[in-house]
Amino acid sequence: MKIAISTSGTTLDAPIDPRFGRAVRFLVYDLEQNNFTLVDNEQNLNATQGAGIQAAKTVVDCGAQAIISGHCGPKAFQVLSAAGIAIYHSDGSTVAEALEQYNNGQLQAATDANVEGHWV
Amino acid sequence: MKIAIASGKGGTGKTTLSVALAQAADKNVQLIDCDVEEPNGHIFIDAQLDKHEDVTIPIPVLDKTLCNNCGKCGEICQFNAIVTIGDKTMIFDDMCHSCGGCILVCPQQALTEQQKTIGYLDSGSNTINCGQVHQLSFIKGSIKIGEAMSPPVIRAAKKKADQNQLTIIDCPPGTSCPMMTAVCDCDFVLLVTEPTPFGLHDLKLAVETMRCMDLPFAVIVNRDGCGDERVSEYCSAEKIPLVLKIKDDRRVATAYSRGEGLLSALPELAPKLRSLLDDISTWTKPATEGKQ
Repeated sequence: MKIAISTSGTTLDAPIDPRFGRAVRFLVYDLEQNNFTLVDNEQNLNATQGAGIQAAKTVVDCGAQAIISGHCGPKAFQVLSAAGIAIYHSDGSTVAEALEQYNNGQLQAATDANVEGHWV
Repeated sequence: MKIAIASGKGGTGKTTLSVALAQAADKNVQLIDCDVEEPNGHIFIDAQLDKHEDVTIPIPVLDKTLCNNCGKCGEICQFNAIVTIGDKTMIFDDMCHSCGGCILVCPQQALTEQQKTIGYLDSGSNTINCGQVHQLSFIKGSIKIGEAMSPPVIRAAKKKADQNQLTIIDCPPGTSCPMMTAVCDCDFVLLVTEPTPFGLHDLKLAVETMRCMDLPFAVIVNRDGCGDERVSEYCSAEKIPLVLKIKDDRRVATAYSRGEGLLSALPELAPKLRSLLDDISTWTKPATEGKQ
């Protein structure tokens, strides 16, 4: 199973990006192979609107079945849920810490968006 | 003639001045409240708004039985309002800008246009007597609570106006799409500011916007005396006409708190505003007819 973590860096030690839709990129970790790939999110970072929706599509297209991020808005939540992707919120400071929390069963799947939508 | 009252910074007196200009006019006038997110001009003219209508925009509606989830609608959408995930196509109609692109490219004809209400227009008219008896027609645009896009409501309010009558447009603050939609196609723009650093900062943004849009404009300083001289200095350095200074006066604030306009506190301003309207009408005439 693959899990996508929003991050501003390129390694497991990189900090989690608390934003989902406007995250710099996603680190997609393969839990079976114990390796990862990086998926750029720059196009959505600079989108005028709908960044969450498109970031959700990016995550779906890269084959991840779960995401870990700081926050997730209502539209991204709706798209991710429709695709059957589990959403986890982590207060961990790095990608590695978030993965450890996930592996230890310390993260609860979200049942609703945890931030309001917003407009530019 | 259409005159827009804009500012940049909010709370500088756009509505106060718009209402006062409409009341001071010596002929029939229309006042259009384009500050659709928080219209309040009607309070100061005690308007009888007896006509009510909806403002609608077209949005796509999906027939799921025809859709094959090819995703072409989402690809063409520049506003990320449609997305296809596997066997699900989702429309977020509050992000739609009504371009119709999705409907054009759908190979299955699964999308059709439907009207959605995003705001309202309320209108009516009053007889005004501030030295000169005339009719004041009022159009108030207001956005439906929860909707995010105000420009279609602003355009609808402006379109309702009689193009041959003197029209005062009370604009929304800022310098983004709503303000630009409100000032667009006007013959003249009055930028109202206050003599404070914040007022000056946003005035500069508004001036840049006017220059980009190639609109003739002048500046009015409201609450003159409450700050410093930097707005006046900026205007003279930039050769921008500073056409009126309204003194900072507690009586105006007192009247405002009672829902009364500028002219009820300072009736002596009416002739000045009347001559300002005359001046603007001279300035906006083509060069062959008068001075520019």
